[in-house]
Amino acid sequence: MTNLLYGADEEALRDSLRALLATHAPWRRTLARLDGDEPYDPVLWARLTGQLGVAGLPVPEEHGGAGAGFREVAVVLEELGRAVAPVPFLGSAVVATRALLACGEVDLLGQLATGRHTAALAVPFATAPDARPYAVEVAPGPALAGTVTGVADALPADLLLVPAGDGLHAVDARGPGVRMTPVVSLDPTRPLCDIVFSGAPARRIAAGAAASRAVGEALTAGAALLASEQVGVAQWCLDTTVGHVRNRHQFGRPIGSFQALKHRLADVWVELSQARAVARYAADCLAAGDPDTALAAALAQAHCAAVAVSAAETCVQLHGGLGFTWEHPAHLYLKRAKAGTIAFGAADRHRAALARLADLPAPARVPGVGS
Amino acid sequence: MSDDTADRLRGLVTELLGRHDPAGGRTGFLRARFDAGLAWVHYPVGLGGLGAPERLQSVVEEALARAGAPDNRPRRNSIGLGMAAPTLLRHGTEAQRRRWLRPLWTGEEIWCQLFSEPDAGSDLAGLSTRAVRDGDDWVVDGQKVWTSMAHRARWALLLARTDPDAPKHRGITYFVCDMTAPGVQVRPLRQLTGEAEFNEVFLDGVRLPDALRLGAAGDGWRVARTTLMNERVAIGGRPLPREGGMIGLLTRTWRARPELRTAGLHEEVLRLWVRAEAARLTALRLRQQLAAGEPGPEGSAVKLSFADLAQQISALELELLGGEGLRHDDWTMRRPQEPDLLGRTATYRYLRARGNSIEGGTSEIMRNIIAERVLGLPAEPRADR
Repeated sequence: MTNLLYGADEEALRDSLRALLATHAPWRRTLARLDGDEPYDPVLWARLTGQLGVAGLPVPEEHGGAGAGFREVAVVLEELGRAVAPVPFLGSAVVATRALLACGEVDLLGQLATGRHTAALAVPFATAPDARPYAVEVAPGPALAGTVTGVADALPADLLLVPAGDGLHAVDARGPGVRMTPVVSLDPTRPLCDIVFSGAPARRIAAGAAASRAVGEALTAGAALLASEQVGVAQWCLDTTVGHVRNRHQFGRPIGSFQALKHRLADVWVELSQARAVARYAADCLAAGDPDTALAAALAQAHCAAVAVSAAETCVQLHGGLGFTWEHPAHLYLKRAKAGTIAFGAADRHRAALARLADLPAPARVPGVGS
Repeated sequence: MSDDTADRLRGLVTELLGRHDPAGGRTGFLRARFDAGLAWVHYPVGLGGLGAPERLQSVVEEALARAGAPDNRPRRNSIGLGMAAPTLLRHGTEAQRRRWLRPLWTGEEIWCQLFSEPDAGSDLAGLSTRAVRDGDDWVVDGQKVWTSMAHRARWALLLARTDPDAPKHRGITYFVCDMTAPGVQVRPLRQLTGEAEFNEVFLDGVRLPDALRLGAAGDGWRVARTTLMNERVAIGGRPLPREGGMIGLLTRTWRARPELRTAGLHEEVLRLWVRAEAARLTALRLRQQLAAGEPGPEGSAVKLSFADLAQQISALELELLGGEGLRHDDWTMRRPQEPDLLGRTATYRYLRARGNSIEGGTSEIMRNIIAERVLGLPAEPRADR
């Protein structure tokens, strides 16, 4: 039966992560990276994967992973979201790993599980789970040619998984014929890049329907589990704002004693309670291979992305002028949250998927009207 | 360990069914079930329970349902089961629990709640019904309002002021009121739907023996908080399958009546479907927390969002129906046991849903409670403490 709670192992994992992130990923350090050349934090990634083995959680033990599952992965994402940690966990340990699981690529899975290598699925971050963007062409070799824009978590990747022609291909991200150009991104803690392939040597790891299924499962996992990251983002925004309005005094009293602010924060808390239930459902479905997974993922992104945005916007607003400064971390969360409403397709796209999955058909087109 | 307990419970059900024919009289069977500790298994031995984990109640319910045993018709006595029982269990004396819990659970005695007054709604602690000590009795005078079940109830949970000089939260005492006592008068209170689910109750020199006091004199507010917390859970905590609530009426109409569909309504139907499913999963998660013995504060969230959703869904249903949405079924004064949300016209649902954000704590008060008790925000400065 569906379990929407956290298990004892999951809570223990959360405690370890929170302690590590508090020491090694304080927001001041993340903020300072934005003015440097390397937004991703390789030292933090090495600690997360080396000490806690987070990259191996969804990989079966026989392939070098921890064999834990996607419920635990979701807990990791909650904590990474709470810290807006600049590491490629979503792109590599969730999306690319899910694609490789679907393709049975055990050697590559083993490499990703260690965390010493990372991979990215080379599709725009805005790609919805039911889209199949094959913008890249395959020449004999096979060698790839074409451009993919706005890819998340590809900048630090060693390996690119590229939907091209009729298949899914593995490409050495540092090899010939691959040029990655960083994009100045709305969310600078998860920066995108544009990728140009020009005769990049490739190895086909799945073809036809199998490739299409692998890409679909990877994007579905991303959409389903991004919801947990959004829960973490919203939780940080709520906690931080509550702390602020309890301490900040105006008119001779804490501003948190004014009903106008209390009701707004109560609404954020209610939305967050719901987002947590929805995100847990998506993670549980994904972990169990439940037939409801596609619906759960669409529900997750139709609901949770907006909750994170609402929490982040409330955080900025209730911090007043302070919340509008670069020196306060609220904007890191706002940017992560807003970018999340577009990642894996906007809410409208997910509602359209739900119309199909929950049998709520659109009105029929009336002949002769329109065009 | 819990498997052993579940097996033991199934064994006790089999024994009960062997001793008492489930096809015989309802009351006789229910009394025997109570005495076997199978009424509410998490209650103490001797009070209808076995001190077992609450989540194992479903084992008993399933085994008895399979045998076709009669249930205690919980909706007939929702205030008794949902609010009075936990309050009696927590604050009653041993004699009080033994006197009241058995006929309460079997449905032989219906309960109601005499809390709200015309001048004490959200500010319930401002109530002015008086109880004055007179020998071994208390004499009660006042008026209560919004009392469902009062016209059927044998007993009532009553809050009355016993010390007008004490600060307002400390001058209140909690009683169980005998609804058959002289001086208790019940009148129907007709609501905007035309029917009367509720009553006004007039208390005129009602004599209550001191044995009907629940908790210490002056400690009534603390006792009332047990009742009110359970009210919120009782109102918002029912488990539903997907599309099991009011959203199901909207989606059934949507599927069955393609001629009503427009692009704009489609968008709104999908948005509400998402919100309803999120609220359903939240309620399910709350139940799992309660069953695991880690009660969360999500009950207030569930109550708030249930009210909001019921209002939005019923409003959209009316608009979807267009001209049909202008036809109401009946304005005559009925005395329903509970609102018939699924059986009547969409107009009724729209109107009745207005009450959802008022009854059991207005949505504004719920937000205050969440802000202060869950988030720890400071209270507004008050003039009455």
